Amino acid sequence: MSDPAAPKSGVDLDRLFRSESGRMVAVLTRLFGVHNLGLAEDVVQDAFYRALQVWKFHGLPENPSAWLMTTAKNRALDVLRRQRTARTFAPELSRMLDSEWTLVPTLEEQFQPHAIQDDLLRMMFTCCHPSLSEEAQVTLVLHILCGFSVAEVAAAFVATPAAIEKRITRGKKTLATSQDLFDVTKDEAFDARLPAVQRALYLLFNEGYHGASPDAAVHAELCWEAMRLARHLREHPRGATPATHALAALMCLHAARLPGRLDAAGDLHSLLDQDRARWDGALIREGQRLLDVSASGRELTPYHVEAAIAWVHAQAPSVEETDWGQIVGFYDTLMRIQPSPVVALNRAIAVAQHQGPEAGLRALDGIEDRGRLARYPFYPAARGELELRLGRCAAARAHFQAALAQARNPTERRFLEQRLQACRD
Amino acid sequence: MSEFVYLYRGGEERTSSPQEMQQIMQRWMDWLQGLAGQGHIKDKGNPLERGGKIVRGQQKTVSDGPFAEAKDLVGGYTLVEAKDIDQAAELSKGCPIFDAGGYVEVRPVMKM
Repeated sequence: MSDPAAPKSGVDLDRLFRSESGRMVAVLTRLFGVHNLGLAEDVVQDAFYRALQVWKFHGLPENPSAWLMTTAKNRALDVLRRQRTARTFAPELSRMLDSEWTLVPTLEEQFQPHAIQDDLLRMMFTCCHPSLSEEAQVTLVLHILCGFSVAEVAAAFVATPAAIEKRITRGKKTLATSQDLFDVTKDEAFDARLPAVQRALYLLFNEGYHGASPDAAVHAELCWEAMRLARHLREHPRGATPATHALAALMCLHAARLPGRLDAAGDLHSLLDQDRARWDGALIREGQRLLDVSASGRELTPYHVEAAIAWVHAQAPSVEETDWGQIVGFYDTLMRIQPSPVVALNRAIAVAQHQGPEAGLRALDGIEDRGRLARYPFYPAARGELELRLGRCAAARAHFQAALAQARNPTERRFLEQRLQACRD
Repeated sequence: MSEFVYLYRGGEERTSSPQEMQQIMQRWMDWLQGLAGQGHIKDKGNPLERGGKIVRGQQKTVSDGPFAEAKDLVGGYTLVEAKDIDQAAELSKGCPIFDAGGYVEVRPVMKM
C-alpha cells in the first residue's frame, strides 16, 4: 500500500483525478444547483476526458489541479450560457448567472480556492441528509466526493452493481428534492449535522479497515479517502471540533496498522500476530498529535476512546508488552458511553489478554445481549481462540467451525480456516 | 530509419471512472515515454477533437463532420521512427488503446 500520510502536503498525483473529482462536482453543483447534479457530473467527466487526451501526449501540466479546474470552469461557462433559458440553475445565484455582466465575475468568485473548499464541505454535509440511511450516505460520499464509479463502490462494498446503482439513484433523487445544498454558513445547522458527517466518515473508514473486499488496495483507498475528507472537515473552523480531531486521530492510528493487517495476498492477520515493524511510524506520530489536540474540550466521544485504545496498541513494542489493563479500562469507558455487543466482545478479548483465557471466557459469557452477535463470526472465533489457549482443542475446533459458517467474505474465511488448522497442529 | 505515422482510431475512454481514466493516461504516458527513450519518437503528436468541418467538392461546401463511426474515428496521431514497417507495427503493440477496444493504423511517411 502506498503511504497514506504522503498527500498531506501538495498534490498526490496517483489520486489526482479521484480527489479533484469531488472538488469539481462540488463547485459545479453549487453553480448549477443540486437538482442538476447529473449535469455537474457530466461536465467533470468531460474535463477528465480532455485532460486524459491532452496529457497522454504532452504529459502533466505544471499545475494539474488548476488545469482541470480551468477546464471545468470554461465548460461551466459554456453550459450556463447555452442552457440558461432552458434550465434553472442554483436559485441563490440565478440572478448573477442570468446577466452576462455578472456571469463571469460570479464564476471566477466561485472558483476561488477558499470557495471550492466550502463547496466541498457543503457537498459532504448535503450527502449526509437525515432522510438517507447511513449506508446511503456513505455510498453517496464515495460516489460524489471520491469519484468512485458504481462498479468501484460495488467492489468496495461487495455488493452487486445493480444494488449500488439503485441506492445512488435514490439518494440523488432525495438530494434533488431537498432543493438546496446544505448551507455551511448557518452555524446551528452545521453543528446539528456535524455528527452525521463524522459518522459517515467513520463508517467509510471502517469499511476500508474491516470491509469485505478481498483486494488490499481497495481497503487502503477507502481509508485514505475517509482521511482526506476528515482533513477537509478539520480545516473548517466549525468542523475542527475535538470529536473531529479524535476521529482523525483514530483513523491515523488504525491506518498505521493497515500494512500489517493484510498481507500482499490480502490475508487477514489478527492484531496479535502482526508484524509491528510494518506499522507506519509517521501515521502513529500524526495520530498521537491529533489525539493531543482532541483533548482540548470537555466532550469525551467514542472516537476519543477508540483512538486512545488504538494509541495504546501503537505504543506497545509487542503483544506481551501491551498495557492490557489500560485497554480494558478504555473499553469499560466505551461500554459506558456507547455500549454495544461488539464493544463488549472486544473488551472480553482485552480481558483475556490481561487476566488470562479463563477470565476472557467469563467476560464473553457475561455479554448481556450476546444474541445479537449470533451472525458475527468473530464472537465464536474469540471463544475458539481462548479454548485453544487453554489447550482444549476439540472445543476450539467447534467454535472455529461455527465462526467459519458465519464468515462473510473470502478474507474472513481464509483467516478462520488458518485458525482451524492451528487446532490440529 | 524511416518515418511512420500512428493514427489512433476508436477506443472509447469516456465512460471510465476518474481513477480508471487516470490509469489509462498513465499507461499512455509510460508507453510514449518508453518509445521516446529508445529514440523512436519524432513527434509525440496530438489528440484531435472529435468533431470538425468537412470541406468538399468543387463548390467547397463546408459541413459538420466527420461522422464516421466512433470506433473508426481518428483520435490522435504520433510520428515515429523505425527501421521498417514491421518494426513500426511491432512497436505499436504496446499502445494502451488496445485495452479500450481501439486500434492503431501504421502508415509509412512517403519520402522523396
